[in-house]
Amino acid sequence: MSVAVLIEHHGGQISRPSFEALTLARTLGTPVAVWLGEEPPADAVAQLGEYGAAEVRVAAIGDDARLPAKAATAVAAASADSSVLLVISTFVNKEIVTRVAMSTGAGVVVDAAGAELVDGRVETTQTVFAATWDVRTRIETDRAIVGIRPNTTQAAPAPTAGDATVVGVDVPLPETRERLASVEAVPEEDGVPLAEAPVVVSGGRGTGGDYTLIREFADLLGGAVGASRDATDEGWISHEHMVGQTGTTVTPALYVACGISGAVHHRGGMQASGTIVAINLDPDAPIFEISDFGVVGSLFDVIPQAIERIKQSRES
Amino acid sequence: MRILVTVKHTPDLQSQRSFTEGAVTRTAEDGSMNELDENAVEAALQLIEAAGEGEVYALTVGGADAVAAVRKALQLGAHHAIHVSDEAIAGSDVFGTATVIAAAVRKVHAEAPLDLVVTGMAALDGLTSMLPTALAAELDWSQLTLASGLTVADGEATIIRHLPDARETVSAPLPAVVSVTDEANTPRYPNFKLIMAARKAPVATWSLAELDLDPSAVGASAARTTVVDASERPPRANRQVVTDTGDGGTALADFLVERGLV
Repeated sequence: MSVAVLIEHHGGQISRPSFEALTLARTLGTPVAVWLGEEPPADAVAQLGEYGAAEVRVAAIGDDARLPAKAATAVAAASADSSVLLVISTFVNKEIVTRVAMSTGAGVVVDAAGAELVDGRVETTQTVFAATWDVRTRIETDRAIVGIRPNTTQAAPAPTAGDATVVGVDVPLPETRERLASVEAVPEEDGVPLAEAPVVVSGGRGTGGDYTLIREFADLLGGAVGASRDATDEGWISHEHMVGQTGTTVTPALYVACGISGAVHHRGGMQASGTIVAINLDPDAPIFEISDFGVVGSLFDVIPQAIERIKQSRES
Repeated sequence: MRILVTVKHTPDLQSQRSFTEGAVTRTAEDGSMNELDENAVEAALQLIEAAGEGEVYALTVGGADAVAAVRKALQLGAHHAIHVSDEAIAGSDVFGTATVIAAAVRKVHAEAPLDLVVTGMAALDGLTSMLPTALAAELDWSQLTLASGLTVADGEATIIRHLPDARETVSAPLPAVVSVTDEANTPRYPNFKLIMAARKAPVATWSLAELDLDPSAVGASAARTTVVDASERPPRANRQVVTDTGDGGTALADFLVERGLV
């Protein structure tokens, strides 16, 4: 069975969640990579093969990939012979798959943490209600679309590499009413993107707007910097860093909440993380109710000491 | 300018929610309008205020308690309220819901043309954020989603879309379906006069028959997905909270080392 995987890439580099999705796809069938935008570089094609892609279907549609209706037409054409389409569960991909589902009749589950075949149907697992419930959903249609969250599958190369045969997808794109007036790239931060990061260190009101220690701790742990809504509303840090239900939902192996009380909107965006650690001055902060380890204290005291101790332990 | 805003009744996020027989059950108290829909109502009100004329329709789909959502919209300043309610709608997936809302939009549009449908970016209890796209596709109207800014001029709507990799400016002719984020504006508070008026304001109630929809096209039987199992996640086991008396950072580091996380 062919399983199409929509590959995320920036500047020719494949994002880490795409390798996770290919790894998951191999448990369902034979992965076929779908690539939108500019032509993939040769090393990217080779990597897709290492993760088991039998083919790489390329729809070289450039910036048209930014318009959901055009992207959906290209994805539908590239995955027409696949029973399952896997995408990374981003806001943009949810728009694309909604349109693919409407044109193909496929059933869709987004924000999934896993997918498997049960009696010939795709079943997914996901958390709902601010990550307080686990739900298993069966897709009842012959074609299934699953949006998978980053960090939910351990990426691993295929035991036997796929051929990664590049196949052009030549599809007439529909005229759309929507027109891109401008695209202004968001300056890329050093390090890992928030949604994909295996470790996230977040700062909230308790930082008072000073993210120096948060960044230092994140760098030490190889993670990304997050923030609460309070902090982005104050303008202390840009909106791209906001963890929460209307910002970025994260599921890293380790989440460190510093000076964040844990309002329900924030918890909904991080509660499914592997291990949660919190530092807060207020012993009654709700964040402690969902933390594996909490320190009641000042982040300005606790973080520097933790950094020193971790450095020592790495040296020894 | 004529704008229809979709609003959804959601339980208070702090209230208990659970699954029964594969469907969401909610405690009856505490429910109100989905918080993100307040940004949609606000966006619509600001547009007609800027235009100096216009009407805002608030539309909701759901059982008897859903009417609270359109009442809230009336309190904020919406002029008309519509409640689509039919037992056959229960259990609809996003595509069934889009079919119902699109039929209601067409009915309003047929009376006098609408310029915009404005929605919140997602419902905070479901949060799949697929509905605005499904609605635009179903209506075959312009899709302008995840707007953190919205302007309308010369028969065209323009939004700013704040994505992780880029800020896009997207324009499209009216009519359009626009979804707004919580960055788009700061919702107003209802004033006393509007609260009093909203109590007495009529709410139109439409069934599927009035929308000319076949009940078998919506509801649980038409849904493409089924919840087969649901369970409440257990609280984290062995939680520890220590108070920093000078070695809190060391304790935290030791915990991370012990778990193999550093």
